[in-house]
Formats: sequence, structure tokens, C-alpha cells
Amino acid sequence: MYERGWKRAATLAIFLGPSLAGVAIFLVGPIVASFGLSFTRWDLLTPLQFVGLGNFRKLLADPDFWAALRHTVTFLIGYVPLVMILGLLVAVALAGRMPAKSIFRAVYFLPVVTSWVAVALVWQWLLNPYYGLVNNFLSVFGITGPSWLFDPRWAMPAVIMTSVWKDLGFVMAILLAGLQGIPREFYEAADIDGASGWQKLLHVTLPLLSPAMFFALTISLINSFQVFDQVYVMTGGGPAGATTVLVERIVKNAFSFSQMGYASAMSWALFVLIFLSTVIFSRMQRRWAI
Amino acid sequence: MNKRLTVWIVVLGMLIMGLAFAQTTVTYFTFTTDNDHIDELEALIAAFEGENPDIVIDYSTAPFDSYFTRLQTEFAAGDAPDVFELNYENFVTFAARDTLLPISDLLTLDPTSTFYPAALNAFSYDGVQYGLPITFSTVVLFYNKDLFDAAGVAYPTDNWTWDDVVNAGKQLTDTSKRVWGIYQPVQFWEFYKTAVQAGGGLAVSPTLQIDTPENREALSYLVDKVQTQGIMPTDAQMSGVSDTDMFLSGQLGMIVTGIWMFDRFISDAPFNWDIAVEPGGKQKATHFFSNAAVIAKTSDNAEAAAKWVQFLAANPLTVKTRIESSWELPALSLDQSELLEPYLAIEQPANREAVFASLEYAVTPPVVENQPQLQDIINQELEAARLGTKSVERALTDAQRRVDALVNQ
Repeated sequence: MYERGWKRAATLAIFLGPSLAGVAIFLVGPIVASFGLSFTRWDLLTPLQFVGLGNFRKLLADPDFWAALRHTVTFLIGYVPLVMILGLLVAVALAGRMPAKSIFRAVYFLPVVTSWVAVALVWQWLLNPYYGLVNNFLSVFGITGPSWLFDPRWAMPAVIMTSVWKDLGFVMAILLAGLQGIPREFYEAADIDGASGWQKLLHVTLPLLSPAMFFALTISLINSFQVFDQVYVMTGGGPAGATTVLVERIVKNAFSFSQMGYASAMSWALFVLIFLSTVIFSRMQRRWAI
Repeated sequence: MNKRLTVWIVVLGMLIMGLAFAQTTVTYFTFTTDNDHIDELEALIAAFEGENPDIVIDYSTAPFDSYFTRLQTEFAAGDAPDVFELNYENFVTFAARDTLLPISDLLTLDPTSTFYPAALNAFSYDGVQYGLPITFSTVVLFYNKDLFDAAGVAYPTDNWTWDDVVNAGKQLTDTSKRVWGIYQPVQFWEFYKTAVQAGGGLAVSPTLQIDTPENREALSYLVDKVQTQGIMPTDAQMSGVSDTDMFLSGQLGMIVTGIWMFDRFISDAPFNWDIAVEPGGKQKATHFFSNAAVIAKTSDNAEAAAKWVQFLAANPLTVKTRIESSWELPALSLDQSELLEPYLAIEQPANREAVFASLEYAVTPPVVENQPQLQDIINQELEAARLGTKSVERALTDAQRRVDALVNQ
């Protein structure tokens, strides 16, 4: 029997209280505060001043913000399709009958649970233009590899490559789960109709996988808007500002330039961007999916 | 009723007496100590507390990278330390925001005869002295004597110019052995000084001067070494190895860096090396770095805090400790030669006089309220010029335009 009335409320409060307090203090509080701060100018040293929409006007006129947004979108365009396609291929390969597939699944998933700092440091070494494995491997075929992270043209591709390598396993895991949810009968029916492997992938697997794919896609999209760790460790936004991204600019404005209000405004601009693109995306899903 | 009143008066009186005899705790926040000089700092604190039994120093340290974030957070929380350290570049930010306590009236020593004038003046704002310089340092030209001998090139002297550097650099460079003539970083610090060497200089007020013919010449000198003359390694050639590590492994004939490297080079360099005053262009100009101890305006213990600041800046024991442990250099006026003598007596590098000779040419960087942003902009443009993604002219034009937008926003 459930307890009733205030007794029940008290029990709930005791059990939920600690974690709700944590959420309130460390999540809801800062979110509300950053919204308020985005309308102020605050350098931490002097009392904050209300500036209305000043920060947002400044944002629209700030070339650094637009450059960071451009780099973030470049990352998104490079990263999302690659990680989705490769993740799908790996998932399909590992869903079928093949030896030692659980070992392969673990191997592909390992980078997902590895700390970004460790991954970034290892890749920094792999991509080292002089000592690194990648360029030494390329030189076997007579190719002189680029300077990767030290070259403004190659730094972003290198960051994308590393991110795809790390997150491949995540997409794979989601899609594997989706694949296992597809009833065998569909394939049997397709076999009877004489469908080829390619036709089965295109007309049976993909449509039935679309809910899982949309989920993985949405998460990847949000992650790429928030790209930060890998950039911070691997390039620090360089060389010559070639890899500055939105979150990196937010951190820099807040903690290097002491512009808390402006950084909060930028965070909310990022939030709106993510929110809008997710809404548009889920609309598309409703129209597209079965 | 009278009895009760008497009891209250006695209790109150005892409380007041107790407060008067209680120890004052002065909180002190430092980045110059960080991890390297904790033992020395604790010894200094013990000596200070011995001299002032009524004061207790409660210190905490942070590395330079995170120091200011923490400091500003403490200010925002209304919990600023009594005494803290500021470098020259960040001093203006704190002074302009009225967070510091004027110090002159609290001192028992005469600052003008005690400290190196440039260091002392660096920490006054609008004619008010806000802190005392506790350390200073400068940048010199280090060279690997063995590489110079092997290439048969004469050692640098205090009178060298840019041309001498380029000539020697060409003779020292041997890319097949992965040896380069020189490494001189291309960033804000090197640039503001090189600009003065070229007869120009960076200025923000009264007029903004970044893109000038002299400054273009200075940036070309810095950039040409890596882009056209090839006497300085590129990022790809360095492959993530730091400039000082390359110098220590005998891959650089010369390196322009700070005297704070002495300790490391003395213990780690497997070759003979020495220093010289930095080479000049049209004229000589050298770095000036200084750190000060300041008192927060909100401090409740201003007098005790001032005693500690004075102890940190000029006490003979502090001076001795800093010199013996290579904990930067005390910012004393050069007249106090008997205090600085032990510094010159240390054997390596032989030409230690170059450190003091450099001070004659010391120039200070431009400082604005949003200093970190100014440096960020200039560093980005300089990096673009060094990497060759922008021409020298373009980089400086862009720097001028962006800094203009920054200071006039």
C-alpha cells in the first residue's frame, strides 16, 4: 500500500531531495543565472551593470563569433555525415554472422568511454608531422603528409578525423540496438521476393532503422555544436585561429577576458541554435519516417 | 541590576582586550611561488611571523594559468585575499576597477631609493602607488658556445644587431643535422620589444599605433627568419618539441628567452652556453617583466598586510632567498649592489652582467583595461604572419583594425 498525503510527500522529499538539490544548485541555478547575466556587463571585479540587449547586439557584430560559428558548422558538416555513415557500416558488419564480433564491438566502443584528453594527446602524437605514425605511414607510399595540427588548412580535418574515430562506437552501439529490433520475418519475406543484399539494406534495414538513426543523428548534431574538448586539447583554437569554435569562444570570453555577461549571451545564442536545429530535425523525422 | 551590569562590562572589556591581543591573519595569494618555491616561501613566512608575533600569514598558491580566474572569483564572492600578486600587464585592470588599496601611507621604507625605478613606477596608476614590485625579470640572448665553435662563428656580444643574428644564424643552420641558428618566438612579448628596436613601437593611447612602417620592419625581421631565411625551425620542423627543449638538445644555436631559464639550463644543458644583451635593430630595447604584491581595498588588516608586502619586496632575507633559489630577481634599485652581489657571483652563465645591462634598455608593453583581449588579437595576427597565411602588412593592418574596435567599443 502506498502512503497517502503529507507522509508520502515527506518520503518522496527525503529520497528525491538530495539529487533534486544537486540539480537545482548546479544545473537549474546556473541556467537561470546565465540567462539573467546575458543582459548585463560583469567583469567579476565590479558590480554588474544592466545593458539590455547590448551583448546580443555586440554578438551580431563580432567577427570572432561569426568565425567561430563558421568553424563549428565546418566541423558539423565534416563530422556528422562521416560518423553516421561509418557507424552504420560498422554496425551492419558487426550485426551479421562473423567470428569474434563481440570483441570487435568492444574494440570499436572503447574510444567512446576513453577520456577526451587522453585521446587527444595520443592523436596529437600520431599526427605529429615529424615523429608521428600517420605521416611515417604515408611516407611508405611516397606521400609527404601535411603538418596536420600545425597547418591552418589541415587542423580542422585532423580534429574531425579524431572525433569521428572516437565517436564511431557510440553511433555503432545505437544502430546495433536498432538493428536487433528488426524482426527477422522482414528479411525472410524479402528473400522470398528475391531481393539482393543491397536491396535489403536499402528497403528493409534503413527504413526500419530510421528511428535509431534519427536518435544518433540528433545526438551527433548536438555534440558537434558543442564541440570543445578535442579542440581545446589538440589545437587550443589555433593555428592562427583556424579552429576556434563556439564553446571555446565562450570559455575564453568568460575566463580569459572576464566578460561573463557576453559569454552568457553567447551561451544562449548557442542554446537557441541547438534548439532550433533539433526542432527542425524532429519535424523532418515525422514527415520522413514511417 | 548593578551587579549584572558590572558583569557585562567585565565580559565586554575582556573581549576587547582579547581582540587586541589576538593574532591578525593576513591571507596571501601567489602565483610566483606556485610549486617550485613553496619551501622558500614557508621559510620566509616563519621568519616574518617570528618578527611579528601578532601576525599570521595564511598563503595559497596557483599556477599562472588559473591564478586570475580564481582571484576574480574570490573578488566576485566578496572574499578577496588581503595580499595578492599582480603582474604588470594585469595591474591596470585591477587598479582601474578600484579594487586596490593605496600603499604609500602604510610603508616604513622609502620606495624611491629602495626599488628599481621602472619597476616601482609600473605599479602606480593615476599617480597613486598601489603595490610594491617584488620580482622582476628580463629576456636575453642565450647561445650554445659549442655550436658556435663548431661552425667557427664569433660569439654574440652585447653590441650585436639584427644583421649579426641573421649572419650567424645562416652559418649555424644545418637542417640535415636538424640544427637551426635561432629560435625567437613570434608573439606579443617579442613583438612589442622588437618594434621598439626597429625605431617604432606599439601604442594604444593617445593614438593607436600598431601598423606603422617601423613595426612592419620589426615583424618582417621576426617572420623572415622562419619564412625566407630558414634559420629558425617551423612548427612542423619542431614537431611539438618546445624551443627550450630544442636548445637543450643542441638543435638551436641561439634562443631568445627569459632569465628564469637559468636554473634549468644550468642543470640540464650538456654543452657550454652563455648569454648576451639582446641584439638591437636601429636601437636596443629589452623586455621588462615585473610582479608586485598589492593589498585588496576590502582588506580589514591593511597595516599587517603592508608589513608583509614590504617584507616580500625588500627584506634582506627575501632578497637573499630569491637570489639563492633563482626565484626571479628582487626588484631593487641597482645602487644596492651589496645585496645583488651574490647574484653576479654565481658562475654560470659567465656574462651575468648582461642581465643588469639589459635593464638599461627595458621598455614596457602597452597596457589597456582589456589586456587579455589585446594580446589575443595581436597574437592571432602575428601567428598568421609567421605561418604565412597572411602577409606582414595584412597582419598588422588587421591587428590595427581589430584593436581599434576593441578600445573604442
